[in-house]
Amino acid sequence: MNQLPLLLPISFLLFSIISVLAGLWRRELGYAAAVAGAAVGVPLALWGLFRVLSQGTVRYHLGGWLPPFGIEYVLDPLAAFMASIITVIGLLALVYARWSVHHEVPEKAPVLYPVALLLLAGLTGIVVTGDLFNLFVFLEISSLSAYALLASGRGQAPLAAFRYLILGTIAGSFYLLGVGFIYFSTGSLNMADVAERLPLLYESRALLAAAVLMVLGLGLKMALFPLHLWLPDAYTYAPSAVTGLIAPLMTKVAGYALIRLFLDVFGPGYLRDTVPVTVAIGWLAAGGIVVASVMAIAQRDFRRMLAYSSVAQVAYVALGLGLANPLGLIGALLHILNHAFMKGCLFLVAGGVRYRVGVWEVPRFGGLGRHMPWTMAAFAVAALGMIGIPPTAGFFSKWYLVQGGIAAGNWAFVAVILASSLLTAVYFFRVLERVYAAPLSPGVATSRGSDPPTGMLVPILILAGGVLVLGIINSIIVSQVLEKVVAPLSGS
Amino acid sequence: MFEEFLGRYPYLITVALLVIGLYGMLAKRNLLKKVIGMSIFQTAIFLFFIQGATKWGATVPVIDPQRGTDPAHYVNPLPHVLILTAIVVAVATLGVSLALLLSIYRRFQTLDERQILEEAKRYT
Repeated sequence: MNQLPLLLPISFLLFSIISVLAGLWRRELGYAAAVAGAAVGVPLALWGLFRVLSQGTVRYHLGGWLPPFGIEYVLDPLAAFMASIITVIGLLALVYARWSVHHEVPEKAPVLYPVALLLLAGLTGIVVTGDLFNLFVFLEISSLSAYALLASGRGQAPLAAFRYLILGTIAGSFYLLGVGFIYFSTGSLNMADVAERLPLLYESRALLAAAVLMVLGLGLKMALFPLHLWLPDAYTYAPSAVTGLIAPLMTKVAGYALIRLFLDVFGPGYLRDTVPVTVAIGWLAAGGIVVASVMAIAQRDFRRMLAYSSVAQVAYVALGLGLANPLGLIGALLHILNHAFMKGCLFLVAGGVRYRVGVWEVPRFGGLGRHMPWTMAAFAVAALGMIGIPPTAGFFSKWYLVQGGIAAGNWAFVAVILASSLLTAVYFFRVLERVYAAPLSPGVATSRGSDPPTGMLVPILILAGGVLVLGIINSIIVSQVLEKVVAPLSGS
Repeated sequence: MFEEFLGRYPYLITVALLVIGLYGMLAKRNLLKKVIGMSIFQTAIFLFFIQGATKWGATVPVIDPQRGTDPAHYVNPLPHVLILTAIVVAVATLGVSLALLLSIYRRFQTLDERQILEEAKRYT
């Protein structure tokens, strides 16, 4: 089964087409095909993860052309880890989407499911490809489907998506320009081949331009502060199922691409030691964590608060990369996983509240805890995870980041992580107080509020359970998967 | 001085186009002009790749018995192929952005960013 790396994006693409055709015939069938496609991805990715861990990296050469001439697909521990996150979150969000989309934007439903699968195809493609230009193509596939999905909301949604499109295209083009610089200086596009040739060029100014352009482009895609301005609007106006799919995955996969460039293309020897790119990323991230957390406190709209919190949380990933030591990077990768579950859960809870009560504003959440006990319990678990209270998953990724900060002797970063936990506590306890302690808000009292339908509640509860389970088994994930990923760093 | 200019002028044109495109995308208030800026910006990158592949006195990369197999006699085909793919991506991006503009125009009856934002305030 050495085609395994390619099977992931291909099966999503195939089911996306099936879903379009089936949806033209019967609406329900389009949805069923989309869920089936997402469901095929999960066992493939998990099986891939186990296989990679037991038997080593799987490589597939497209069309039988050997690298560096052909396009290579590589499923290594890092790629399999990311693919598992993407497929699991994708499946849960798609299951949830049926009720939520039907409630919020029923007329767009037949189009949304195939496009969501295209998004998953793009994201899994990014993680399995071993070719720099191919990564650009998958990056644009996922971004284009994200623009379409985000634009499907009401009100300002198309404008927010258009602004994202403009900035996203600038980002993609910067990345492409960087690829051009690398190609013209090394003559290769294969990541492993480029990595072998680069050390000879460490003094070259073309390489410096390539590194800066690619980091800028991917930083814009991952909403690294201060390039995050597109994100809050885009996430606020989109349908809640769409945000539940995009918020946990998009920015994190761009973060993955940065980590991949750092580990396997430019190499820590260049981005950390020759040119201080990781230091710059680290300080931007530290600034972003503080600013975005303060902005989140200032929001009344629940989704907007979560969006700003996303900016802060993805900055943790960048902070771990900025530390550029094994512990920091383990923290960053673990945070990609944990934050996907926590933020997925929170956005789905927001959609659930919208479905039953029809409000977004936090001040009108009074007494929801009595009306929607399960949903709000899931919210409480995810919120505690975001703050970082053990044994929830969020605690452990921050723990590794703090350890990484101490190992690097960077006390400012340690202080930022601890301070931002307090800021996170401020904005989540504000909501928890409304939900559990405040008297019933008028809107809540008159609504027939109860937990949302089973199809929406189950994904929410699975994600909340995941936040607890991932916290408990985090040492297994770290020792089995992540330590293998960061091994090249510990050696140097 | 002039020699140096002759050697580098494709880069200068690329940079000029990049800057014009960026200006259009970020500074123009009309959304359609932003899309035009986006196209100029992407085209600049295509030109950058293509000029990197050119060679004086070389021909199409199909082996010609008279010229032999010396790579110096043939143009590098790879950047052209990459840019074909990138053009497809750019066309798709243009399509999505025009679709978004249509839906914005239907909703707000204008493509001026400030007017849309004022309109949107009344919406919510």
